[in-house]
Amino acid sequence: MNHPDTPPVQPPRRRLSWNDPGVRSVIYQILAVAIVGGIGWYLVHNTMHNLSVRNITTGFGFLSREAGFAIGETPISYTPADTYARAISVGLLNTLRVALIGIVLATLLGTIIGIARLSKNWLIRKISSVYVEVMRNIPLLLQLFFWYAIISETMPGPRKAYHPLPGVFVSNRGIQMPTLEGDGLAWLLAGVLLAILAIIGLSRWARQRQARTGQIFPMIRWALGLLLVTPAAVWWFSGTSLSLEVPELKGFNFVGGMVFTPEFAALLFGLVIYTSGFIAEVVRSGIQSVGRGQWEAADAVGLKNALVLRLVVLPQALRVIIPPMTSQYLNITKNSSLAVAIGYPDIVSIINTTLNQTGQAIEGILMIMAAYLTVSLSISVFMNWYNKRIALVER
Amino acid sequence: MTSQATVSTPSTELAPPVRASVWNWLRSQLFSSPFNTLLTILSVWLLFATVPAMVDWFLISSTATAKTAQECRAVTGACWSMIVEKHRLILFGVYPYEEQWRPLLATLILLSVIILSGVRRFWNISLPILWIAALSSVAVLMWGGVFGLTHVENSRWGGLPLTLILSTFGIALAFPLGVLLALGRRSNMPAIKTLCVVYIELIRGVPLISLLFMSAVMLPLFLPEGITIDKLLRAQVAIILFAAAYMAETVRGGLQAIPKGQFEGADSLGLTYWQQMRLIVLPQALKIVIPPLVGLFIALFKDTSLVVIIGIFDLTQAAKAALVDRAWSGFSVEVYIFISAIYFVFCYSMSKYSQSLEKRLATEHQR
Repeated sequence: MNHPDTPPVQPPRRRLSWNDPGVRSVIYQILAVAIVGGIGWYLVHNTMHNLSVRNITTGFGFLSREAGFAIGETPISYTPADTYARAISVGLLNTLRVALIGIVLATLLGTIIGIARLSKNWLIRKISSVYVEVMRNIPLLLQLFFWYAIISETMPGPRKAYHPLPGVFVSNRGIQMPTLEGDGLAWLLAGVLLAILAIIGLSRWARQRQARTGQIFPMIRWALGLLLVTPAAVWWFSGTSLSLEVPELKGFNFVGGMVFTPEFAALLFGLVIYTSGFIAEVVRSGIQSVGRGQWEAADAVGLKNALVLRLVVLPQALRVIIPPMTSQYLNITKNSSLAVAIGYPDIVSIINTTLNQTGQAIEGILMIMAAYLTVSLSISVFMNWYNKRIALVER
Repeated sequence: MTSQATVSTPSTELAPPVRASVWNWLRSQLFSSPFNTLLTILSVWLLFATVPAMVDWFLISSTATAKTAQECRAVTGACWSMIVEKHRLILFGVYPYEEQWRPLLATLILLSVIILSGVRRFWNISLPILWIAALSSVAVLMWGGVFGLTHVENSRWGGLPLTLILSTFGIALAFPLGVLLALGRRSNMPAIKTLCVVYIELIRGVPLISLLFMSAVMLPLFLPEGITIDKLLRAQVAIILFAAAYMAETVRGGLQAIPKGQFEGADSLGLTYWQQMRLIVLPQALKIVIPPLVGLFIALFKDTSLVVIIGIFDLTQAAKAALVDRAWSGFSVEVYIFISAIYFVFCYSMSKYSQSLEKRLATEHQR
C-alpha cells in the first residue's frame, strides 16, 4: 500500500489518558475485580471469625464419621453405622434415580400431549390444553403435597390395596410391583447392552446403505426386535435361573417385589406431570415451527403420513425443540430437590440432616451446589453435543 | 400469521366453502378417520369416567355449612367447611386477627399495581413512581408502627400477602440487577464478562432450595458478629439473587435480537456507552422481552412456595398450618385444591395476558 519511499506511518504513541477506551476498560475491569474480590475477602474473613467463635472446625473430615441416621430408601446397601460419605452417596443416587426416570417419563408423556394439542380431533385438543394449562399454573411443591396427601391419606391400607394388574398393589404404603430375581439378571442386562451395541452398529450400516443405494432399512422394527430377542437369547444360552418375584401381603405389609414408596411415587408423579405440561408446549411449538410448505411438499412427493412426520417434520422440529427441552431436563433435575419437602431421601434432604447433626453448614451447601452443578453441566454438555449433531449443516 | 395467509392465496381459486352445520363440524372434528373416531370414543369414555364423579365430589355431595368436622366426615363429597373455617388462617397466616384488614388492603394494593402495570397507557415514567408508592404503602401497612397502626413483627406476616410481597419485591429488585448482569455478559471487557457469566451460570445451575438453605444457614455466618438479618429478609435476598440470574438471560436474549446497525448508529452519533444503552438499545431490547419477563414472573410466583422449606409462612405454609389442627384432620385435599385454585387464577391470568401482549407487540414489530 505504502509508497516505497515514504516511511511507514507510525501509530500514535499511546498515552495513558482517560479518553482512551482501552485504558478506561482496563481500569473498569481492575475496579470490578477488586470490588468483587474485596467483598469475597470480607465475607470469608467474617465467616472464619464466626466459625472460630462458634468452635466449628472447617473441612471435610466429618465425611468419614459414622452417620447414625437411617435412610428410608437405599439403592446401595446402607446402615446407620456407615459413614456420612456413604449416606450422601445414597442421597445422590436417589436424586439421579428420580431425575432419570422422571426425564424419560416426562418426555414420553409430554410428547404425546404436545402432539395431541395439534390433533385434528377437537375433543383431544381441548382435553390436552386443559391438562397443560392446569399443570403448568400450579406450583410443583403444591402438586407434590397434593399427590403425597392422595397416596398417604386417601389410599387404602395394605389389606385393602387396589389391585389394578396382576402382581401390582397400590396402597398407602406405596406401589408394589413384581421384579425379576435370580442370577440370570446379570445375563439379561448383558443381553440388553449387547442389543444396544448391535443397534448402534446396524443403524450406522443402514445409514451408509441408504446413502449408497437409497434403500430405507426398517430400523425401528429391527431395533425393537433386537431389544426383545437378544436379552432373552443370552439368558437362555447362559442356562441360569430367573424367576418373577410377586409382592405378597404378610402381616401388615407387603413382602417381596419392588416398591415405589409413597414419597418416591409422589415425587415422580409430581415431577412428571408438572414437567410434561412444559414439554408438551416445547414439542407443540417445535412442530408448529415447521412451515406449512414442508408438510405440503412432503405430501406432494407421495410420502405416507408417518413418513412425513419422521423424515421431514421431526428432523426440522427437533432443532427448535432440543434447546428448550434441555432446560426442561435441567429443571427436572433441579426440581427433584423439592423431595426434601415430602421426605424422600434425596441429596438435599440427606445433607440437610447431616448439617443439622454436624453443624458443617458451609461444606454441606457447597456439596449440594457442586453435585447439582456437575449434574447440570453434564446434561447440558450431552444435550449440546446432540444439538450440534442434529443442527442444520449449511453449505 | 395473517400476512402469510394473504400472500399464499391471491390467484388460486378457493375450494367451495364447507357448509357450516353441526353434522359437518362433528364429522370433520371428531370422526374424520377410524383412528380419530377411536380417539373420540376413548376420550368420551375418559370424561364419563371422571367428570361426573368429580362434579359429585366437588359440588353435589359436598358441604360448606357443616359446623364440625364430624358432620363433614358424614358427607361423601368435599368438605368445604374446612376452608370456611380456616380461610383467615390460610389467607393471612398468623397476622393479628383484628388487624387483618391491613394485609387485605396490602394485597389489594399489590394486585392493583400489578394490574395497572399491564395496561399500556401507564407504560411511562409514572409506572416506577406508582410502584415506589405502592411498595412503600404496603410496607407501612404490614409493619405498622406509624399513623397509629400497631407494629407487627414480620415473623407474624403470612399467607397470600407474603407470597405476593416475596414475588413482587423479588421481581422488582431483581430487574435492575438482571439488566446489569445481561449488559455485563455482553460486554467487551473480559474480566467483567467472566464475572457475570460465572455468576449467572452458577446460580442457574443450582436449585432455588440450595440458595434458600444458604440464606438460612450460611448468610448469618457471612455477616460480622452482632449483625443479624431476619429470616424473611434473607429469603427475599436469596429470591432476588436467584431471579436476577434468570432475568439476565432473558434480557440477554433481547439484547442479541437488536441488529448491529443500532449499536453502530448510536456509536456514530457519539453517544457514550450508558447513553447508548439507555436511549437506543435497552428500550428496544426490553420491549422484545416483556412477554418472557411475564413468564419469569409467573415462574417466580410459583417458586416462592419453596420458602416453605425454610419455614416461612407463605400461602403454602399457611395451608399446611391449617392442616395441623387435629379437630379438622383428613381434609388436606380440600385445602390443597383451594390454594391451588388461588395460584392457578394468578398464573393463568398472567399467562393469558402475556399471550395477548405477545400478539400485540409482534404485529407492531412487523415492517
